Amino acid sequence: MSEVSATDRDIAPPAPGYWAMAGRKLLRDRAAMISLAVLVIIALMCAAAPWYAAHIAHTNPFRSNLSGTVMRHGKPVEVLGAANNPLHLGIEPIGPSWRLGPYMLGADQQGRDVAARLLYGGGNSLIISFAAAAVCLVLAAITGILAGFFGGWVDRIISWLLDALWAFPVFLLAISLSVVLIAHGIDLGLFRLDASSLALPITIIGVIYVPYVARPVRGLVMGLRQSDYVLAAIGIGAPAWRILWFDILPNVISALVVFAPLIIALDLLTEAALSFLSIGVQPPAASWGTIIHDGESLIYTRPMVAIAPGLAIVITVLALNILGDGLRDALDPRAKLRN
Amino acid sequence: MRRVAATLLIVACLVAGRAHANAANYGGTLRLITTAGSGSFDPQINYTERYWEIFQAMYDGLVTFAKTSGPGSLVIVPDLATEVPKPTDDGKTYVFHLRRGIKFSNGEPVTVQAVAHSFRRLFKVNNPNAGTWYDVIVGGRTCNAHPHHCTLSGVVIDAASNTITIHLRHPDSEFLDQLAVPFGAILPADTPDHDMGTQPIPGTGAYMVKSYDPSGGIVMVRNPQFHQWSRLAQPKGYPNEIDYKFGLSAESQVTAVENDQYDWMFEDVPADRLNEIATKYTRQVHINPLNWFYYAPMNVNIAPFNNKDARLAVEYAVNRESMVKLFGGNALAKPDCQILPPEMPGYQAYCPYTEHPGATWSAPNWPLARAYMKKSGMIGQHVTVITEVQSPFRQIGIYLQDVLNRLGFVADVKPLSSNIEFNYIQNTNNKVQISVTDWAQDYPAASDFLNVLFSCGSFRKGSDNSINISGFCDPAIDTEMAHAETLSLLHPNQANAIWSHVDHQITRRALVVSLFSVAKLDFTAATLKHFTFSGEYMFLPQLAVVK
Repeated sequence: MSEVSATDRDIAPPAPGYWAMAGRKLLRDRAAMISLAVLVIIALMCAAAPWYAAHIAHTNPFRSNLSGTVMRHGKPVEVLGAANNPLHLGIEPIGPSWRLGPYMLGADQQGRDVAARLLYGGGNSLIISFAAAAVCLVLAAITGILAGFFGGWVDRIISWLLDALWAFPVFLLAISLSVVLIAHGIDLGLFRLDASSLALPITIIGVIYVPYVARPVRGLVMGLRQSDYVLAAIGIGAPAWRILWFDILPNVISALVVFAPLIIALDLLTEAALSFLSIGVQPPAASWGTIIHDGESLIYTRPMVAIAPGLAIVITVLALNILGDGLRDALDPRAKLRN
Repeated sequence: MRRVAATLLIVACLVAGRAHANAANYGGTLRLITTAGSGSFDPQINYTERYWEIFQAMYDGLVTFAKTSGPGSLVIVPDLATEVPKPTDDGKTYVFHLRRGIKFSNGEPVTVQAVAHSFRRLFKVNNPNAGTWYDVIVGGRTCNAHPHHCTLSGVVIDAASNTITIHLRHPDSEFLDQLAVPFGAILPADTPDHDMGTQPIPGTGAYMVKSYDPSGGIVMVRNPQFHQWSRLAQPKGYPNEIDYKFGLSAESQVTAVENDQYDWMFEDVPADRLNEIATKYTRQVHINPLNWFYYAPMNVNIAPFNNKDARLAVEYAVNRESMVKLFGGNALAKPDCQILPPEMPGYQAYCPYTEHPGATWSAPNWPLARAYMKKSGMIGQHVTVITEVQSPFRQIGIYLQDVLNRLGFVADVKPLSSNIEFNYIQNTNNKVQISVTDWAQDYPAASDFLNVLFSCGSFRKGSDNSINISGFCDPAIDTEMAHAETLSLLHPNQANAIWSHVDHQITRRALVVSLFSVAKLDFTAATLKHFTFSGEYMFLPQLAVVK
């Protein structure tokens, strides 16, 4: 019995795998964990938008309410009331109540509840940025791996396409594509996107950042292509798809995971910029960018309409960047050299 | 009777004006500010309010609108001609006697040859209205077809008697109005027959351009050749210099005028600054009525608005009072159901699309709107509202989308850049169903709204310049409008009655949702005195006192 026990003790526990080690490192990174928590809270709040609108704001944030009233301090108050001045000039949306309930952050020019729109808008902004990042990373992985592994004319064609895309300033390209497609959407026979669909900004934003990820992925794969285990696999006649799937892709995924939060943050900013210019999310749907646009014309009288979504963008992008740093530290040991 | 009253008004304005005409008021620099320039500086080409406001101080036609405020500003007075001629030959001939001793700012004398050249040049430079206004001159149609060989036989000059005789193809009650706008400016006889672009052309007005930078601004100084021949036609002007700068947003313009960095801003004051200026700068705010309305044209040639019941549903559902809120409140806009604005000849208040039909709009009539919607069979039909991206158009578009959705349409809204929206909604190739736009008068005549916006001739398929945006065409209404135009010259009251009838007919056809008519708000610096607003040219900068 005792011998058996001694043998058991001598056997070292299996070494944790690459992902388990990275997970542990990440869990020890307090800033990254706080950022992750912030992102989860923001996502949950945005997911609760329909409930908030129905049970707390008691309003439909997509319907104009120009002639409505709301109770404030026991008195009915116009949602859009005439400004109090000698010339009777101007109309002012109701201001924030700062209490959980209708018009907590006030109304916009259409008399809609800003807080409810902020939550709905956040949902759209997050959906677009996460989905666009997914589109970008998948396309970048495919193009980068194919170019890096096969080389030759495959690499030349893909690199030429990526260079052509890269040649355009990213916002100029996004604005140009949006302006062209916003009127009628995309119709390529089997592939159709309606102009008012969220899939349109997702596609545009997803595509424009592909070169920024595909280039490093290609470089990484070119290095992996010369590694001993890949050369050995080729030597024993393993098919290309098997090498790509089992030997290359697992090594590329960690790089893509590091890129993910940074690309999501970039996508969030790009979506906000396009929507601010009225070429992203289309009314009455909201995103944080469209709410800032709505608030631009109220910046002197009701600044909260623009400030609230602006703050939401800043907090989300900051959290994504800190999480991205944490992921890089956890997944890329070379990053330690910088510390 | 109307002319007598107008003359009395002008006399009153002149008397009031003299109170300001003392030496102490002359001098100084008037500082104007706007967001950007408006393209060509050629007065026979540029068709923008921004430049017409200054062209009127730099150029003269044979006649002009009186440079004064109030109703008198809509009266035509002689300018380079010695008097406003009465038409002869059944309204088809006008004889103008040219004043002597007037020179252009380059020193050249104003001659009958220069007048004839200016009329021919309208066609040679493709004036925007050469085909709709000036082709009434005999030979005008040939000039339109072959501009480079234009001789315009209908303009006959006699250097000995210094007269210009203009023969028309048919009587035109608005011919003098069309001569009085800046397109009718008389230019030197050697002015090239092409768009002069950024190179200012010498004029006869009180001011001339010292420098023009399309991206920077305009500096205007006194014309050394100018002497005042008519205070009403071309007053001497108070400021010695007028500096018109480009480059500030409307928000920044408000702040700059508040801080006395500029004397006047061109752009409308943004809605969020109205309370501020009305509270703190009350005396610097000037509100004046204007023939200008906002409307939503519905395309009667494609679904769903080729169905009159669908159009009626929208008419009854729209809350015009809510629209007024989007523009800044009742001090600036009034709910409207018809085409003609309240100050326009022929206007008779009429509103069928409201809870209590009558003269004015009171409230939306949702039961009737829903009934018409059900009757139309268009529930579930997809509709796109095209609007401009800037306020208040975007907000109006979003509100319309909401109304359409509540009626049962599936609506979305497309805000387009202001640079392209107006042309986009006119072109039938774009299949625009409903849009948001506005229209202001070129001159005070009912035809400028009814004929221009709803005649068959204004509808051109596939053209970016098809101002009849609804695509409506009824030859019977065209005939009635033509009859009114013929009567306008000799029987203005009868003509006005017909215009009123046409206005109400077009309103009942529900071709456009007329939203509201608006007033013009100007915001000036505390140091600017004697602000003068013309019903035709709006702010008259030369009559402002800044010293």
